[in-house]
Amino acid sequence: MSDDLLYRLAAEAAPVSRNRLPLLLGLAVAVGAVIAMLVMIPWLGLRPDLMEATGTVIFWWKYTYTALFAAIALWATIRLARPGGSMRRPMVGLFALIAFAGALGIAQLVVMPPAMSYELVMGGTALLCPFYIVGLAVPVYAATALMMRRLAPTNLAAAGFAAGLLAGSAAAWVYAFHCGENGMPFLAIWYTTGILIAAGIGAILGRWALRW
Amino acid sequence: MNSTTDNEARLKPMMLAALAGDQRAYRALLAELRTHLVRYYARRLNNPAAADDLVQETLMAIHTRRLTYDVTQPFTAWLHAIARYKLIDHFRRSKLRQTLPLEDDAAIFTADDAGAATARMDVDTVLATLPDRPATLIRQVKLEGSSIAEAAGRAGMSETAAKVAIHRGLKALAARFTGGAR
Repeated sequence: MSDDLLYRLAAEAAPVSRNRLPLLLGLAVAVGAVIAMLVMIPWLGLRPDLMEATGTVIFWWKYTYTALFAAIALWATIRLARPGGSMRRPMVGLFALIAFAGALGIAQLVVMPPAMSYELVMGGTALLCPFYIVGLAVPVYAATALMMRRLAPTNLAAAGFAAGLLAGSAAAWVYAFHCGENGMPFLAIWYTTGILIAAGIGAILGRWALRW
Repeated sequence: MNSTTDNEARLKPMMLAALAGDQRAYRALLAELRTHLVRYYARRLNNPAAADDLVQETLMAIHTRRLTYDVTQPFTAWLHAIARYKLIDHFRRSKLRQTLPLEDDAAIFTADDAGAATARMDVDTVLATLPDRPATLIRQVKLEGSSIAEAAGRAGMSETAAKVAIHRGLKALAARFTGGAR
């Protein structure tokens, strides 16, 4: 091999900022989430009581839960977009977040009259919710995966899992603009299920979608 | 040979300078990495052409993906993770190529199965030309592996009679299917 390649590469040595990788991945998610929103509005529509609902705690907890989920998933994705990155520390944060949401759900079931339990857990859309979240995760996963291919994940299944978590939680955040459910248990069970299904699919697809 | 810590102490500042835009440091770094990678792949592959391709591919990856280096982490760990990924990727691709001939073999086995099935149908056709009793006896004893005593018992005849029936049946078939020209 000649030295030409080395000279050519060295001549392209533009400075690289330390924040470049987190910024690129954040940008990819943002683009994916915007597309998901543009798909969601004509497909499912905004919830009709969007304005009135802003006075409830569950309204804000939905966005907080999914945004925190997305933040941890972005952290995991950044780590796994680097060679040799591991999922271990973000997983601890993720378990803590899910446990907290579950505890809130149980607390609400304890406080409210038992006659309301079914409604709080199942709402009216329990089985549709995970399905819609996975559907809305598709554009976010695509945008994230396209970016990841330009980075250097070495554990493709784990990187796909992280990207799927990120896509699922961003999609769940978008879906909250449609979803009119008001149960804390509903959120803890069905939103989490949708996000985890997206993550599982992401892990399976990662092996070829993230190859470089 | 240099220890890993020596490599780290020498190469990491060069990488940091390169990431800051220092072309001379980058050029020197790439030259060192090339030497290192040539040795790395030569030791793991006995195919010099493939090793050479991998060195080039890995240098390109290091260049285009240098933003994935976390400056708080050891540089040599990053380098080896990329080199190792490219090596595994190479094995995966060449393994894929090696499985293709195996699939061709599988097709031959499938054809053999079809041949056996056809032969089996031929036997059925041939046996159908005999009267029921000798045909059943021949099927049980010669094809399905029953003993003559079992087959005779099932047919309700003596062992000797069964032997004779089988013998005559086979003789009749042989006469018919050797062209009958005697």
